[in-house]
Amino acid sequence: MTSSWTSSGSSPNAAEGQRATIRPRLRLSTGVGADALTEPTCSPTPTGAQVVFRAEQLAVSYGAKRAVEDINIDIHRNEATAFIGPSGCGKTTVLRCLNRMNDSIPTFALDGKLLYHGHDLYGPHVNRVEVRRRIGMVFQKPNPFPKSIFDNVAWAPRNLGMKDDLGGRVERALRAAALWDEVKDRLRASALGLSGGQQQRLCIARAVAIEPDVLLLDEPASALDPIATASIEDLIHRLKDRYTIVIVTHNMQQAMRVADRTAFFSLDEHRVGTLIEYDRTETIFSRPADPRTRDYITGRFG
Amino acid sequence: MPVRLLSARVSSLASFPQLSNRRQLERLNRLDARAGSALRWLALFGGAAVFLALMAIVYQVISGASLALSRYGISFVGRRQWSPAVGRFGALALLYGTLVTSVCSVAVATVLGVAIGLFLSLMAPRRVAAVVGPLVEMLAAIPSVVLGLVGIYLIAPFVLNNIEAPLHSVLGFIPLFGPPGTVGNSDFTASLVLVIMVVPIIAALSRDVFLTVPSELREGAEALGATRLEVIRGAVLSTTHSGVIAACMLGFGRAIGEAIAVTQVIGNITQISHNLFAPGDTLGSLIANQFLTPVSALHTASMFYLALVLLVLELATMLLARYVSRHFGSRR
Repeated sequence: MTSSWTSSGSSPNAAEGQRATIRPRLRLSTGVGADALTEPTCSPTPTGAQVVFRAEQLAVSYGAKRAVEDINIDIHRNEATAFIGPSGCGKTTVLRCLNRMNDSIPTFALDGKLLYHGHDLYGPHVNRVEVRRRIGMVFQKPNPFPKSIFDNVAWAPRNLGMKDDLGGRVERALRAAALWDEVKDRLRASALGLSGGQQQRLCIARAVAIEPDVLLLDEPASALDPIATASIEDLIHRLKDRYTIVIVTHNMQQAMRVADRTAFFSLDEHRVGTLIEYDRTETIFSRPADPRTRDYITGRFG
Repeated sequence: MPVRLLSARVSSLASFPQLSNRRQLERLNRLDARAGSALRWLALFGGAAVFLALMAIVYQVISGASLALSRYGISFVGRRQWSPAVGRFGALALLYGTLVTSVCSVAVATVLGVAIGLFLSLMAPRRVAAVVGPLVEMLAAIPSVVLGLVGIYLIAPFVLNNIEAPLHSVLGFIPLFGPPGTVGNSDFTASLVLVIMVVPIIAALSRDVFLTVPSELREGAEALGATRLEVIRGAVLSTTHSGVIAACMLGFGRAIGEAIAVTQVIGNITQISHNLFAPGDTLGSLIANQFLTPVSALHTASMFYLALVLLVLELATMLLARYVSRHFGSRR
């Protein structure tokens, strides 16, 4: 079957393949690709929610060194999922696997399976540019481009050929990131003049401007003060109606406040990062099943 | 300051019998003070020498050119004829040759050099970059007279036999690609030799500039579903264009100043021709070619005047490169 985020050349369907070959990038913006999000390939879970990501025995190595192993997890649609755990246990590594941001590391190797809406994310014909267009990411440190506020948000839509009503699209993205009121009078000013919290919300606006399916947030508030953090957390609450959110955080209160489900990562007996426990957030923080989780959340370790 | 530091260190070692010896301590401190003042004088001398050398060169060139300066004044730059036999001198044809060969070579070298810089900084596997990077720098280390020889024996015949006629027949409607010459010595060949000299400068400098782009910016662009080309255009070139322009200016400075290799392949005929395949001359190549055989005092003075024009051109290029990288480079 043809998934719209695999590269065009691999398509077994000739007509489909040809269309994609001619204007592969434009095809995205026409919304044809959006069908994949609602394709019935999403496996229903006992609770009835759709599974966006499914990792099966996922393991990552950098050269000879194994970074994480034994990751089995289902991430559900329109929920916020938090990854918590001590430093160096592979939370960010797993997060970056989800949109293939690790690919540029030469020694990176992935074992096991990582499915996105039922498709193998690391399959032979998957186009990683396409993956990242659907699975957006916001980084720990705000990284706006040295351009104007408007151009920061409009950059990716322009690349993808979403040129109709660009101003409206930028406004919607900035509103979605709760930044519009603060910047609407200075859209042409440099993004580097914004405060750290504003820059981070601009990065979120930049990511949602191309209407991704998933937003990955890698400790998005760790460089921000409490007020800016609170506004980012509010924002996550509102964004999860439209997007599936995965957030890495060091801050357990933050996980409690924003996440529907929480995954606790830690080092296993071989000093390799792994997933210890994954459940609804209330359960993780009130009745954790694993003693290691209990030790971590009560502050006895980590 | 260094004196105090060392004595503090020494006295903290006072429990060691050898160093607690007072005379030895004093000797050390004395030595240290002497070394400090020697270094200060050396640095002062170095700084003064740079200034004095520049002043001396400018003075020598101006005084050498005084005869031509008083004869022609600034109009020398606009005079077209250069005929030592009849005693008429002007810089225009040489200025033209210099600018044509430099602009052509820098235009080609910018494309090549920036591409090499992008490859080395962003695309090549680390091991490939570790081999190719030094090779590019070695290209810059080839003596220009050697390149000139390669130009005479390899590039000029090749251009004559394989490039001039096809280019003329395809692009002949552009005046630059006029009728082929007969020997292969031309502005075109000189530009090609200059390309070989300028490419490593632009490649090495632009690579260093590209390496300064924070990886977060590149990752930010990649995470937005940008292709490699879009990442390079949007996150790399847009933040480094001033550095790339400065690199091109420095390459341009190298191209206008080159004398020997150009003399070897340009044909040494002082004329203004729109045809790149016609022989020409540049400021540097004419001086290199005629300076040892002047026919009159005015001839020598006029060549000094050419040197002055070249000097001003070089200084202006360098100052412009500094201005561009300083005033547009820090703006992020």
